[in-house]
Amino acid sequence: MSAIALPDVLTIVLTGLGLLFFLAGTVGLLRFPDTFSRLHALTKADNVGLGLVALGVALQAETWGQLARIALVWVLALVAAGLVAQLVARAALVDRRLRG
Amino acid sequence: MTGWLLFAAAAILLTLGGAFWRVWQGPGEADRMMAAQLVGTGGVGVAMLLAPVISWHALDVAIVLALLAAFAAVGFVKASSPDGAGDPEEAEPSEGEEGQ
Amino acid sequence: MTVLFDLVLCALMLLAALAAIGGRGLFRATVFFVAYGITVALAWVRLGAIDVALAEAAIGAGLTGLLLLGAVARLRRAGAPEFPVRAGLVPALAAAGVAGATGWVALRVPGAGGLWTEAGEALPLSGVENPVTAVLLNFRAWDTLLESIVLLAALLAVWALAREEEWEAPVGPPLHARPGGVLEGMARLLPPVGIVVGVFLVWAGASQPGGAFQGGTVLAAVGLIAALAGLVALPRPDSGSWRTALAAGPAVFLLVGASGLALGGLLLFPPDWAKAMILTVEVFLTLSIAATLALLVLGPPQPRRMP
Repeated sequence: MSAIALPDVLTIVLTGLGLLFFLAGTVGLLRFPDTFSRLHALTKADNVGLGLVALGVALQAETWGQLARIALVWVLALVAAGLVAQLVARAALVDRRLRG
Repeated sequence: MTGWLLFAAAAILLTLGGAFWRVWQGPGEADRMMAAQLVGTGGVGVAMLLAPVISWHALDVAIVLALLAAFAAVGFVKASSPDGAGDPEEAEPSEGEEGQ
Repeated sequence: MTVLFDLVLCALMLLAALAAIGGRGLFRATVFFVAYGITVALAWVRLGAIDVALAEAAIGAGLTGLLLLGAVARLRRAGAPEFPVRAGLVPALAAAGVAGATGWVALRVPGAGGLWTEAGEALPLSGVENPVTAVLLNFRAWDTLLESIVLLAALLAVWALAREEEWEAPVGPPLHARPGGVLEGMARLLPPVGIVVGVFLVWAGASQPGGAFQGGTVLAAVGLIAALAGLVALPRPDSGSWRTALAAGPAVFLLVGASGLALGGLLLFPPDWAKAMILTVEVFLTLSIAATLALLVLGPPQPRRMP
């Protein structure tokens, strides 16, 4: 077996873990019984997943600019997903017709 | 490494298939909207995973997606408010806190 | 592994497209259209066309969703019937015919590399290092000039829908949100980041993927979010400064293009001057694209009813 550099191993481990979280988020989205549980499953799981994927890709980055962009992507996704989940949940709470 | 990153990207895309099912099935509009949100987050993840493989400029696409993926959902909650121009936080929750 | 990725992506793209046109219900169709925009943006990334991917991400996944979901809600409030979204046989055949013909032509074009070589050879004369920007703002500047005018004409068409007595009102519905709420917080948080990203995309467009259209769309989007939260006052269509912003791009483009007449011909940019000329055009074009797209999404002026 040929030697793989440590950053590559870490990339595989981190992105692999990230995949599991994406999978968990999707399973939650599909299996949970009501709208609010599904919302909760999704926002937590897929953002941790995205964070792990970001960390994994960051280990492959070649410049500081790329690292900064990866960090910005994750922060933006976290902020936007958190706020949007709050708003959609509130909308569904206010208006029953938006729920299942 | 290229092979793994492409595999991981394909795997995330497959989980998005689950989100597609939720968009199709609903039942609530909030469910459909949040599933689309998951497609956005997954898209950000895929764009990041493609960056080392295709071009690091893919990170700029990830930034734009992360920044704007929330927009459709914001449009949704605004449109769902009583006058179509408000905010779900302005209204009181209707009929109970139960989820289903 | 590339084949696996391509197959999954193509399958998702087709699924989203079919679900958007094949199912019942406008809302579901619209959400699928947003998902479709995201998959198409990823396809452009996969093909290495980052400039197009940026535009598709900003327009397809961002602005269009906002516009269409607003339209669906408005139709409902107006009591329009939730008619089934189903493609009729004739439009379906026509669309299939166009798609088939396009595919046939694309496969028969000689020289699969496209115009990459020609654009690459002329690149040193263009004043910029990004071949896409070189084509859009130098080699094929005509197209871009006319497109910027089309955008303006589209806004005029939307405004023309307003009745005479509505003309004095601000554009769009009277937007409001809970003070200090989540929506307002979002509208205070995202625009500063979006302005940096938008300006960066325009500036970087000379040497790497980006440009006036991509940057302008991002700027329009973050401006819209501030407007949605009721943080900025919406302009009236007869506002002088807004009209200047709308017309500045095409006007400066025309002026710079006409100044080329003295140097060789209309829209001819001599290599020594090209960079400065293109950047000038791009800056004003960005302003106009941002203003036009934002106002297009907000819609025609609507009178405010007194409470």
